[in-house]
Amino acid sequence: MFRRERSIPLRGSAAALCNNLSVLQLPSCNLTHFGVVHGPSAQLLSAAPEGVPLAQRQLHAKEGAGVSPPLITQIHWCVLPFRVLLVLTSQRGIQMYESDGSVMVYWHALDAGDASLVQAVFARGIAASGHYVCVGTWAGRVLVFDIPTKGPNIVLSEELARHQTPITDIATEPAQGQDCVADTVTADDSGLLCVWRSGPKFKLLTQIPGFGVPCSSVQLWQGTIAAGYGNGQVRLYEASTGTIHVQINAHARAICALDLAPEVGKLLSAAEDTFIHIWKLSRSPEGGYIEVEHCHGECMPDTQLCGARFCDPSGSSFAVTGYDLAEILRFSSM
Amino acid sequence: MSIRTLPLLFLNLGGEMLYILDQRLRAQNIPGDKARKDEWTEVDRKRVMNDIISTMFNQKFMEELFKPQELYSKKALRTVYDRLAHASIMRLNQASMDKLYDLMTMAFKYQVLLCPRPKDVLLVTLNHLDAIKGLIQDSPTILHQVDETFRQLTDIYGGLSAGEFQLIRQTLLIFFQDLHIRVSIFLKDKVQNSNGRFVLPVSGPVPWGTEVPGLIRTFNHKGEEVKKTEFKHGGSYVAAPKEGSLELYGDRVLKLGTNMYSANRPVETHMSAASKNLASRTQESIVPNPLAKEELNLLARLIGGMEMQKPSGPEPGFRLNLFTTDEEEEQAALTRPEELSYEVINIQATQDQLANDELARIMGEFEITDQSRRNASKGDDWLAMMDEL
Repeated sequence: MFRRERSIPLRGSAAALCNNLSVLQLPSCNLTHFGVVHGPSAQLLSAAPEGVPLAQRQLHAKEGAGVSPPLITQIHWCVLPFRVLLVLTSQRGIQMYESDGSVMVYWHALDAGDASLVQAVFARGIAASGHYVCVGTWAGRVLVFDIPTKGPNIVLSEELARHQTPITDIATEPAQGQDCVADTVTADDSGLLCVWRSGPKFKLLTQIPGFGVPCSSVQLWQGTIAAGYGNGQVRLYEASTGTIHVQINAHARAICALDLAPEVGKLLSAAEDTFIHIWKLSRSPEGGYIEVEHCHGECMPDTQLCGARFCDPSGSSFAVTGYDLAEILRFSSM
Repeated sequence: MSIRTLPLLFLNLGGEMLYILDQRLRAQNIPGDKARKDEWTEVDRKRVMNDIISTMFNQKFMEELFKPQELYSKKALRTVYDRLAHASIMRLNQASMDKLYDLMTMAFKYQVLLCPRPKDVLLVTLNHLDAIKGLIQDSPTILHQVDETFRQLTDIYGGLSAGEFQLIRQTLLIFFQDLHIRVSIFLKDKVQNSNGRFVLPVSGPVPWGTEVPGLIRTFNHKGEEVKKTEFKHGGSYVAAPKEGSLELYGDRVLKLGTNMYSANRPVETHMSAASKNLASRTQESIVPNPLAKEELNLLARLIGGMEMQKPSGPEPGFRLNLFTTDEEEEQAALTRPEELSYEVINIQATQDQLANDELARIMGEFEITDQSRRNASKGDDWLAMMDEL
């Protein structure tokens, strides 16, 4: 069903982090941008459809006090109504760039002031929600930045303080009109999910408790939350109520990434067990509840995966990164 | 990233070092009554192991180690093991020390990568401690030291969450990133491929707390299960038998971290120089690190806690060779690829720079094993010397 396409070589191998691949599709110029974290540096590259790399750039975490160069925890493109920002989180803070990574437009230093000595300080978890960019921290805070249509006048608008453990991932989907409809989900190391409605003041709609393992990756599609956990499970919840609807024993090791193809409701899961799986989400005609069907599985031999993304909104192609692997693996459907 | 990683890194690498030294000392063992003055005996071997283990588990040293802190650089950590390996009458040439460190790091990288759950790295550590206790059965004082460390370990790590262990695992893997040295014993056992990558099996027991993949359960809004379907996962997994024990004595279940060497399985390493990631690695070490001095201070504090057994009187240091012959050792030193050379911190140069008397005194206790690295010029930039490639 899927064939292996030409890999894209990376300057540096991918680090063993979760959600370690960001993809920006630019259909207008037939280019795809990829972003991968190596460690103290991250690599951006753009490729033509056949996978030939055209341009590449390396970004570094801004230095600060500490014994060794700070590590980058995540890199992610945020598509906002009037612009695209590239956001980079590290052990020191949050860096925001224009989408090609050429100009840094904003820097936010993390306040490690109230870190007790036993806690690691870092930012992690990046998502765009309307004209806001949400970024998580080690303390469980979610920083909400208000982004102007252009220019560097970015302002920290709110700090959401619901989580008690480090944020792992944030998922959003376009607002659906009504005031109480969820459009943002935040996840943390304890597995707790918080469901929000974005706005000048974010409103907490519901919470879904964890069960002893981190929720490493989360997605939101048509009111359904898809969450990937450290024990290899994927769970689907109704966002408005927090009720669980599907539980998949999907992988034999921790899930490292989830992605969604919104046009068709396809979900991609990747884990440290070397497998990716593609699932089809739908609503049952009888009860209207969420259903899942397994579509495809692929094994990347001897590769502990760390990132995975669909490369187009219809889910007909995807890309994968693995720990210690200095290339992006690509697949497209036949 | 996680500031709880150093004790696990140190104890496991230390454990692997002891396995290798013990195996090599046994392989070069000569029965006591037949031994010449310059040959190893059983008594010598036990003495070396006791000296190193008691230095490793020294209370003051362990106190420093267990303080929450960022991981040291590879350079700094290597310096600690250099010191540790010379805690007794044993001496190692640069080539043998390099080989020892290669084996230690690749073994622990393998163990971390193959841990089913992130928390299992604790079981790997306990496996190493159990084996270490086996090596010093005749010494109750040292046994007590190891038991103390065991208690400290389970006190601190026993209660950490799965999320914190995941961060520790990621921190360890980042530390071991891009290391692909081929180890003969791994290649023979088919746990490592010829390109240096470890084999990740897709069969066997799932981690404790994970279900065997293949099931999809659907629930209605009342929480009742309405459908159960299966899908083909691709691997062939079975349920986990039981959870490994964290007690002082117990079945760890996991085999990772137990001694894989024996007198019949000599270890070789192949220098895998054809690494695609060389460009990024050398590039990073060229970027100047203005904070190396702070790291050096931490290192001095850590090693300052080590109580070294100095060889007294006319007793010579016994040299241990990790290769089969002296010629092989010489050859290995000459042909080791430049990019794989370990940078040992130039102690003399840094001692001159340290204003703090106490730190200078501690650093002064070091013996530099490789004389050729000593640069006498005090005016030189010490960072440049440390980063010489």
